[in-house]
Formats: sequence, C-alpha cells, structure tokens
Amino acid sequence: MILADVVGTVTATIKHPVYQGRSLMVLQPIDEKGKDLGDEILAVDTVQAGVGDRVLALREGNGVGQVLGTGRVAIRTIIIGVVDEVEHA
Amino acid sequence: MYLGEVIGTCVATTKVDGLEGIRLLVVQPMNRHWKPVGNSQIAADSVQAGPGDRVYLVGSNEAARALENSFVPVDAAIVGHVDAVDLIDDKERP
Repeated sequence: MILADVVGTVTATIKHPVYQGRSLMVLQPIDEKGKDLGDEILAVDTVQAGVGDRVLALREGNGVGQVLGTGRVAIRTIIIGVVDEVEHA
Repeated sequence: MYLGEVIGTCVATTKVDGLEGIRLLVVQPMNRHWKPVGNSQIAADSVQAGPGDRVYLVGSNEAARALENSFVPVDAAIVGHVDAVDLIDDKERP
C-alpha cells in the first residue's frame, strides 16, 4: 500500500460499467514525511475520502476485488483508509 | 489507473488469437495538468475512444478485465472518457 494525498477528482460520463456510481480521485503519492513521490495515480474511493485528505491506497487487483466484493474487475487502485497520523523515526 | 490522451490508432492484421476484435489505440499518458508523462503506449479500448480524446486507463492484469473476454493478452485498457479533472491548490493539501 502507499500513502497519498487526494488532490482532485475525475468526472467521466462515458465509462466502463464497473466504474458506474464510483468516485474516481486523483492521488499524489507521498513518502512518510509528506513529500511527493513520482506521478499521480487515479483511484476509486471506498471510504468516503475527500479532496485534501491524506489516504492509504491499495494497488493490487486481487485485494481490490475483495474490498469491492466484485471479484477481479477492471479496477486496480482503490482508497482503503483515511490517514490520521504517520509517525516515523 | 492513470490519465492519458489518445493520439492514434494501431492496426495489426497478424496477431495472437485472443486479440481478435480488440480495438488498439496509441495513448500518451498524461499528468493531472495534462502534460505528457513518459512514453506513449498501445492500449485496448473498452469505451469507443478515438484520437484526441482525453481518457483514463487501467493497467496490468486488470486491463484484461475491462474486455468481454478477460483472458486476453493486454496490459493497458481505456476504461473512461474524462470530462473534467478538478484539482485543489497545493496550499490546501495536508
């Protein structure tokens, strides 16, 4: 899993049926200190996260299928938690 | 998943059996400000996208799940047309 900041939302009318009714967010991956790491990714929200939240994201299709209860589908990345705090040495 | 722009089409007459009937497009991955990121790639289409369209894609094994037959040899698939990307200011970030 990775830490990321939700920096935006994507609006799409025409999309694959598995994305219908799901919120698609723009995530900027970060390290434990909050520094940006690489390029943004898109993720489907499962925890009512909002723009400006720091979140935990899962990037593995099998786990995604379990969380969504759909089995494996055409979604690879989801938000699985809103982070309250990260402590690091 | 990631953002991209369709910049072309790809035709392959001779191909493995699983790829028959699958529309292949040339896609340039984009960042959230619609600037190119990395190299262009070939992606399968599941939403009738065409050149000039702004789209989002799914990669890896999950790309195949976007197609009717999910045992196809693809590693990127277009799964949505992007109408808009709304972003926050960097100062609003945690």
